[in-house]
Amino acid sequence: MTASGSFAPADNEPPEEGVRTTPVARMLLPLAVLGASILVWHAIVDLYDIPPYVLPGPGLVAVTLLEDWPILWRSLLTTLLTTVEGFAAAAVGGIGLALLFNQSKWLEQAFLPYAIVLQVTPVIAIAPLLLIYLPQHTAVVVCAWIVAFFPVLSNTTLGLNSVDRGLVGLFQLYGASRLQTLRYLKLPAALPYIFGGLRIAGGLSLIGAVVAEIAAGSAGAGSGLAYRIAESGYRLNIPRMFAALLLLSVAGIVIYMCLATASHLMLRRWHESAIGKES
Amino acid sequence: MRLEGVTKRYDRGVAALGPVDFTVRKGEFVSLLGPSGCGKSTALRIIAGLSEPTAGRVLLAGGGRSIGFVFQEPTLMPWATVRDNVALPLKLSRQRRADIGDQVEVALAQVGLAEFAAAYPRELSGGMKMRASLARALVTDPDVLLMDEPFAALDEITRFRLNNDLLALWRGLRKTVIFVTHSVFESVYLSRRVVVMTPRPGRISAEYCIDTIEPRDENFRTSAEYAAYCRKVSAALSLAMGAHRR
Repeated sequence: MTASGSFAPADNEPPEEGVRTTPVARMLLPLAVLGASILVWHAIVDLYDIPPYVLPGPGLVAVTLLEDWPILWRSLLTTLLTTVEGFAAAAVGGIGLALLFNQSKWLEQAFLPYAIVLQVTPVIAIAPLLLIYLPQHTAVVVCAWIVAFFPVLSNTTLGLNSVDRGLVGLFQLYGASRLQTLRYLKLPAALPYIFGGLRIAGGLSLIGAVVAEIAAGSAGAGSGLAYRIAESGYRLNIPRMFAALLLLSVAGIVIYMCLATASHLMLRRWHESAIGKES
Repeated sequence: MRLEGVTKRYDRGVAALGPVDFTVRKGEFVSLLGPSGCGKSTALRIIAGLSEPTAGRVLLAGGGRSIGFVFQEPTLMPWATVRDNVALPLKLSRQRRADIGDQVEVALAQVGLAEFAAAYPRELSGGMKMRASLARALVTDPDVLLMDEPFAALDEITRFRLNNDLLALWRGLRKTVIFVTHSVFESVYLSRRVVVMTPRPGRISAEYCIDTIEPRDENFRTSAEYAAYCRKVSAALSLAMGAHRR
């Protein structure tokens, strides 16, 4: 340690050994913050004797989570199904549309403004309208799709346009067809960007699903987690609200981690973002 | 191969090249030597068909273009292995997979990269990347090899080694090579004929044949003969630059 410590460290590393964070610390630090927060939460509820319909303690939330698990689990599945469907539609739609736009400038100029309009109009305002015209489940999925597809579209477009000009010349030299250029050059080059878009879309489709469920909540027989939150709110069942919220957060984190892992697995052989600091 | 009155103007009317007339014999190694921006790369791109001349034409023996191109940068696909990068031209011309494998192995062996077939470009040094790029240009067994300052970004030791390897390849394969460079020393060392070009618009200012004992090796690089050729070509180059300044 002392011998290696006396050499000048690489530029991107902090000079002191003790300042460097290890992977274990990177896992433990957020967990420590979580534990401390729960303790503080528990202490406040206990100390001021706050009634559960105002703020339930962490223990009560945990108990509720277990007791209401059958209901919450079914709701979680419903919301996850909506999210996954919306995400899949956003991925296919966003990538597909970007490919179409890339092949035809006419299409791009004709339709891109509307994609942007769809993106900038708040989905919470569109949801009630969709619920009038579409069956409820479809409407909810469409909401998730609307929120999630734009980052995929714009990132994929950026990726398809970020191809090395030298490689474009090379493909031209060997008389590559449009399809070959797309398949062997543009798509692989765009892959890191596409995954960036998908990672954003994963979280957004959950948001879209939740927003639509809340909007639908008053309109009909929704049973997703967001609906449970709204319903529990009306019934002053605050512990269940917290339990449902907790599940939503966990779902969001899991979705993000799945997409980050997929991205890492696909890109680790060649892309800077996935190679990391070890090389 | 012959260039007849080849001229290139850009959209704003800036003359970049020519008119240029010159002939390259089959199997000849010719250098185009000139300062940056003299249109020598443009000439190469026109020969390759990557750019259309504003006037004039390029005549290639045998009609069809059978060309390998080595760019200034290695221009490898970072997501593909060396093998897949080299196989690309064959894949684009829809060759059978079995044939592709054999031809790729041959090309990789020619540039001494056989052991690195499965490596990704980021795992290679600058010189090895350039070798992969060269293998890709050779894999279609083209009649003409066009090289656009391929070694300009390499360190001198690597450049010298690649110079020698390129000469050995050329002796073995006898391809027609048109080599664009801004280095007097490199052009004299490598080529049988050095074509000196003027700055914008690029025109041919002088030509020198380098007649020396073949095969050339490092002894040539330190010989008085080499120095004399370099002096002559350098003088021609400054003359070409001077003509532009007046």
